Amino acid sequence: MDIRAQLSMSFHMDKCIGCHTCSVSCKNVWTSRRGAEYMWWNNVETKPGAGYPLTWEDQERYRGGWEVSGGSLRLKLLKGPGKIRTLANIFFQPNLPTVDDYYEPFTYDYQNLFNAPAGDDQPVARPKSLITGEFMEKIVLGPNWDDDMGGSPLYASNDPNLKGLSESQKEMLTKFHKLFFFYLPRICNHCLNPACVASCPSGAIYKRGEDGIVLIDQDTCRAWRFCVSACPYKKPYYNWANGKSEKCIFCYPRTETGQPNACAHACTGRIRFVGALFYDADRIEDVAKTPDDRLVEAMREIVLDPNDQRVVEEARKAGIDENWIRAAQQSPAYNLFKKWRIAMPNHPEFRTVPMNFYIPPLSPILHNAKAENGGTFDPESTEFFNEIDKMRIPIRFLANMLSAGNEQVVLESLKKQMAVRIYIRQKRVGDIGDSKAKSVLSSVGLTPQDAEDIYRLTSLGTFQERFVIPETHREHMTTVDPRTMYEKRGSVGFGQKKKEFLGRTW
Amino acid sequence: MDKVLFGAMPYVLIFTAIVGAIWRYRGNKYTWSSQSSQFLENKTLFFGSFPWHYGIITILLGHIFGIFFPSAILAWNGVPVRLYILELTALSFGFLALFGLLALIYRRLTNSRVKALTSSWDVLILIVLLIQVVTGVLNATMYRWGSNWYAGAAVPWIWSILKLNPNVDYVASLPLITKVHIFNALIFIGFIPFSRLAHFVVLNPYKYLVRPYQVVRWYKRTPQTENIVQYK
Repeated sequence: MDIRAQLSMSFHMDKCIGCHTCSVSCKNVWTSRRGAEYMWWNNVETKPGAGYPLTWEDQERYRGGWEVSGGSLRLKLLKGPGKIRTLANIFFQPNLPTVDDYYEPFTYDYQNLFNAPAGDDQPVARPKSLITGEFMEKIVLGPNWDDDMGGSPLYASNDPNLKGLSESQKEMLTKFHKLFFFYLPRICNHCLNPACVASCPSGAIYKRGEDGIVLIDQDTCRAWRFCVSACPYKKPYYNWANGKSEKCIFCYPRTETGQPNACAHACTGRIRFVGALFYDADRIEDVAKTPDDRLVEAMREIVLDPNDQRVVEEARKAGIDENWIRAAQQSPAYNLFKKWRIAMPNHPEFRTVPMNFYIPPLSPILHNAKAENGGTFDPESTEFFNEIDKMRIPIRFLANMLSAGNEQVVLESLKKQMAVRIYIRQKRVGDIGDSKAKSVLSSVGLTPQDAEDIYRLTSLGTFQERFVIPETHREHMTTVDPRTMYEKRGSVGFGQKKKEFLGRTW
Repeated sequence: MDKVLFGAMPYVLIFTAIVGAIWRYRGNKYTWSSQSSQFLENKTLFFGSFPWHYGIITILLGHIFGIFFPSAILAWNGVPVRLYILELTALSFGFLALFGLLALIYRRLTNSRVKALTSSWDVLILIVLLIQVVTGVLNATMYRWGSNWYAGAAVPWIWSILKLNPNVDYVASLPLITKVHIFNALIFIGFIPFSRLAHFVVLNPYKYLVRPYQVVRWYKRTPQTENIVQYK
């Protein structure tokens, strides 16, 4: 057993209102620089929708992630038997998304509003490309271009998660009374088996042993761009101005000091939970090779129970600090993903073993049930359990997105969430009946204590309950020299200060 | 004149390259990048980058092979058919590189996004590379048989430079185009550390073939180790 610690973020999708506060706080902190304007290390997508970059989930197009071939695991990007095929594409990558798949970064010519000469018409601020500096004829794509366009045939119907639905079922998605959509907030998954790391010819990308954060060494990156192609989530971004790839850094300067990430801290809906997990690094390959229908289960197995005394002893032997062990024992990530089994990874079938988890939303199901029953459906009733099995379309969609197509995993979570609602409603309103509420709870495998805890964490969770982030022992660090911290203040993002020499900035 | 160009300048430019590379590697590693622009434009790039790189790398490896094994080349060329095969192969790779380079220059001139990112160093190295490839192709077509007298005249001169005993006589009688080709190659070497050309001296990609997929860095375990998930 090789125990390692991992920081993990969980998202309660029902509570996400799509306000993009997370994206904006991330942008303000990390990517408001030249070459990074188009990057959204944290972004929120409307689902069903095409996503950012367009149709990123379609790995026939981008060939990100891993595949099992002949019993061994290999990057989908390789297409051939060995790494040499990857290097052969170093000069031109057939699967690299270009800036047009994200959007051309732009600003507006605001000065014209002040400086335009007097005339008959209102002056306008024309859009201007931030790459070329030229005026743009028309903005064709932008951040959150398909925001709230859930039923749109232009965007929603291109969602790769709709696979496995018949044409008539897809058609139903655009019917107004059946239309549903919800939000998918995304950051880098800081995977256990990251494809970006595995594809980097320079060896610039690495996973940190102590907290599992995946980072790009900016000094070693040589702009071969393989990470952008290989990551199925398209979370490494290419900085076109500096010629370096950049990605979500899980706000490690904040988490190292015990503060939550900028996105999680800013979240107005309090949908995010951050905590530590212990996992067995020896089993990563086996988990990544597991067939689709058992993938989520295998991922739950690789996460170890931090309250098990043997695990704690192994963790101590592996050099994990006491504060990390304590944090893992109170980890919301562990509870949501493994103990209560209501959270699940995003697209586990990409086989990178992602470490962010999502609680699937009840709202599309309830909305659909209401539509089926002429608008009179009371969601918080035991009727729900009869109805849910009929909701093929949203269940299929959620399963494609969150459990590699295994509908049982999604159903289990949805039923548990509803059982908690019923239990709490009986406690607060008392119109269901005590024995009925308890039997619903036990039928989905939860104890009353579990229900109280789930309710507490997901509805009332305080800052300290939602974010259990152990501090990193910076005194042991060898990667950051505290003596240079002051010098690095004011430098452009990461990397060093730009220097002018021989007529160019270096 | 020859003494300055082919006796002294090689040392000046090679020295510049070495000192420049050390200076940039130590002082500003962050800028060491291939500065790929595929992200901004990838349709013309396909017709430029692939032929250019595969053409020029083959030619370059041929030149390097010649430096170390000139007698092998001369022996190979002893039979006319083999000489024709070598010359024709080399020439076709030369044309491949030329085609790619022209496509890349065209792309840089016409695509507004790529143009906006073009620095004066980029222009400079494109000019140097164009001169190099054009004079190389001209050499091959006008003065036959290039592979023979490369092994016979240029290689001894290169060795005389490397042995710190420059003998300009080897190259003094070569035609003008060949001299331009040689001197331009020296300029090219001098430019390497200061421009995006730096990307081809990095040895990292070759390591990729032998390392395991996953890289884990620890900051606490001392001495600092690269602890790796063991599978390939």
